[in-house]
Amino acid sequence: MSARPLLALLSGTLFGAGLALSGMMDPSRVREFLDVGGAWDPTLAFVMGGALIVMALAWGLQRRMLKPVAAERFELPGTRLIDARLIGGSALFGIGWGLGGLCPGPALASLALNPLPAAVFVAGMVLGMIVLRLFDRA
Amino acid sequence: MIPVFSEIFPHAAPLRGLVGGGLIGLAAAIMLLGNGRIAGVSGLLGRTLALGGGTPWSIAASFIAGLPLGALLLSVLLGPVPAHFPPSLALLGVAGLITGIGTRLGSGCTSGHGVCGMSRLSPRSLLATATFMASGMATVALVNLAGAGW
Repeated sequence: MSARPLLALLSGTLFGAGLALSGMMDPSRVREFLDVGGAWDPTLAFVMGGALIVMALAWGLQRRMLKPVAAERFELPGTRLIDARLIGGSALFGIGWGLGGLCPGPALASLALNPLPAAVFVAGMVLGMIVLRLFDRA
Repeated sequence: MIPVFSEIFPHAAPLRGLVGGGLIGLAAAIMLLGNGRIAGVSGLLGRTLALGGGTPWSIAASFIAGLPLGALLLSVLLGPVPAHFPPSLALLGVAGLITGIGTRLGSGCTSGHGVCGMSRLSPRSLLATATFMASGMATVALVNLAGAGW
């Protein structure tokens, strides 16, 4: 196994551990963050803040690197297009997030700890991705 | 400061949130600086399911496999991970369906747009994150209004 899948596995594992430690695998906690009119729980803002601080430093390093440690080049999103797909898709995602209290990362990580509800959400999510792929030719 | 904060927000876990968030950022930094790629969960899941191109399959699938592995390891090392799910499986299935369509249409979710894109000050990601936060808050408010909160 070359270094790249191993680094990806390490990244995914740390990501899953971070989600579990941070409380983001608790749908009711996420829901309480989104419930600004109720007993608001700001924990998610701390999670986002912690992640953004580390990643802002990483982007600073990235700008000084000619290439990644284990790959030939950086493969980063280059599009700057702001369109109805971006806004409409994000708005739809927010509806799903608000309904279930789960986004894709915590849902997949929850397969290990709460398999039944997580699998139902993930099955719906995979179906949604397939449906979009079938009907979307853009 | 801390006692005041905990009185205002009795359910909040700011320290665990900050440290857990730092771990998430470290994970995304390893993907960026090691493999040269964005740690966006919805995009890498789509790639793992062969629904989109870009990232080599072994990289995408390894990252996705790590998510439940990391959660399991943390629960073994530090004890149970609290989680209260919505009681309705049908609701979860519908929420998942909408999340799947929305994240692929909008090219990202909380990780790709929220963590990786916002820290890069990408205008697309800033707008996407503001949109799904606002839409999530509106959804919870409407569900509460309908008396269907859980």
